[in-house]
Amino acid sequence: MKVLVSVIVAVACLFTFSAAHAEDILNGAGASFPAPVYQAWAYDYNKATGIKLNYQSIGSGGGIRQITSRTVDFGASDAPLSPEALDKDGLLQFPAVMGGVVLVVNLPGVKSGQLTLDSEAVCKAYLGETKYWDDAHIKSMNPGVTLPHTEITVVHRSDGSGTTAIFTNYLSGQCSDWKTKVGAGTSVKFPVGIGGKGNEGVSNYVKQAATSIGYVEYAYAKQNNLAYTLLKNPQGKVLAPSFETFKEAAASANFDPKKHFDLWLVNAPGKDAWPIAGATFILLAKDKKDSSMKTVKFYDWSFKNGDSKADELTYVPLPKALKDKVRAYWKEHGLI
Amino acid sequence: MAIIEKRNSVDFAFSLITALASGVVVLLILGILIVLVRESWLAISHFGVVKFIKSTDWDPVKENFGAATTIFGTFVSTVLALFIAIPVAIGIAIFVTEISPNFMKEPIGIAIELLAAIPSIIYGMWGLFTLAPIMSKYIEPALKASIGAVPVVGILFQGTPMGIDMLTASVILSIMIIPFTASISRDSFNLTPAVVKESAYAIGATKWEVVKNVVLPYSKLGIYGGITLSLGRALGETMAVAFVLGNNHQITTSLFNAAATITVTLANEFTEADKDLYLSSLFYLALILFIMSFIALALAKFFLLKAERKTSR
Repeated sequence: MKVLVSVIVAVACLFTFSAAHAEDILNGAGASFPAPVYQAWAYDYNKATGIKLNYQSIGSGGGIRQITSRTVDFGASDAPLSPEALDKDGLLQFPAVMGGVVLVVNLPGVKSGQLTLDSEAVCKAYLGETKYWDDAHIKSMNPGVTLPHTEITVVHRSDGSGTTAIFTNYLSGQCSDWKTKVGAGTSVKFPVGIGGKGNEGVSNYVKQAATSIGYVEYAYAKQNNLAYTLLKNPQGKVLAPSFETFKEAAASANFDPKKHFDLWLVNAPGKDAWPIAGATFILLAKDKKDSSMKTVKFYDWSFKNGDSKADELTYVPLPKALKDKVRAYWKEHGLI
Repeated sequence: MAIIEKRNSVDFAFSLITALASGVVVLLILGILIVLVRESWLAISHFGVVKFIKSTDWDPVKENFGAATTIFGTFVSTVLALFIAIPVAIGIAIFVTEISPNFMKEPIGIAIELLAAIPSIIYGMWGLFTLAPIMSKYIEPALKASIGAVPVVGILFQGTPMGIDMLTASVILSIMIIPFTASISRDSFNLTPAVVKESAYAIGATKWEVVKNVVLPYSKLGIYGGITLSLGRALGETMAVAFVLGNNHQITTSLFNAAATITVTLANEFTEADKDLYLSSLFYLALILFIMSFIALALAKFFLLKAERKTSR
């Protein structure tokens, strides 16, 4: 009997203990792409303020569904929702962090930054129209590179992903054939190529398959020592992927707070803007003011203190001007 | 009197608990079915049944969905895996029960059971990083050069071997289902009465003849049972094949092409399915798989019962 009583007391204590702490817990769910940086920020935030943040990387689709049904404090999505969709479900949206997508190739003797491509070359390869590497158009851009007469093995993602959404939006913006034949989205019907599961799957196939091309997040290309290509942006400038060119894309893009920042960060107008970048977004419920304010506090803190952590994890922090825009947006909606 | 009553009430409680436990299983299955139908209702009413099953289109952007490619992929990978696994598994079972020296029986048996204990994600990773390169560099080019040149059958081995294809996926699946078939076959081989086997040896039968004419006919049912279990596992296997199948929605004749199965599509696309119709179509695929597995297992049960009746007569 004594044992039983003490067990009950212990359990009761545990419950009150966790109930007292429940106030200091924030729950978020969604996109898997930014999960590592959110979790790193959450760890530092917890150390600084004692507030705990749980972020579950269940995918953007799941994040949107969870915030729509109000089961989490905030949702996260790699794809921006349109203002109409946001209004319908009573949501607010702002960008939190960015990433860049790069094209990687496996060609004998070609190292990072040696091959130059433009949207036309990429589009035709992914449509299956350009079949061989020694295509005249690719050759004309790369006078110094010996291109073999071998088939281009196209590698794409087999799973639905924000990376695919960014990449296909880039192609749709520049290449009308792509727009009409395939379109843009988290998963699309790729006309040619083999599919790899996740960035790691694509990196692995590109490494294994000779004379292949694939698209991955910048961080993966770096970590796996894949040969990334240079890209000619719509302004006609040939660029290497770097934090500077990603940031330039964000700085020059016209993020409109009135449209809840609904914008794909592709083919940005800046002269030195990398053409395939993407911001990842946070979704808040208008009617859950308390949760939303806490979430905003966390991101405000991260904007101030999290840049170096993001750098470390090869994410691109938002440029200052965009951060200020986001802060103004919070103020406008009474969240700060 | 009181003792009897107490015993009765304990008995009653016991049977109630067991009945509840088994009732929960039935309720669970019904619950899953109801949820699948409810969630896929949007897609069912939008595409219909026949049209959805016949359509080879899977275009999330234009929101045109059909199940033909994934049903095809599920069916082909399962059949091919069984085709590879069954002879090997039965061979293992015969070796362990009839041929191998006693000291080897235990280690081989344990090794096979360990194979069954490996989580499927590990098969998937191994398949992607180890098996796929081996397949694309050595095995598939060899197959292409030899069988690929043969008319008719050669169609199966055309194209550039990438290692991410139906063949690799089926090989991994077959490795995963071998333990089930092998250990159940072994157990049923062991049930063959020693008297019958010894009589056969006594009249001068060779080992091969004993296995063929005595052991195999005796344990037919057990083998069917093992194959049924394997079939169930192969139909539903997800992670091991998700890594090496490519998730390309297409119907092709070559085994060197990427394909998609229902489970692979679900694993790959569920998390990022952002439109209602898309999500509903994925549920619809799940419902189809549910029904397919149900039919496959029901058919297998039916044959088992038939065979049982035949032998008992």
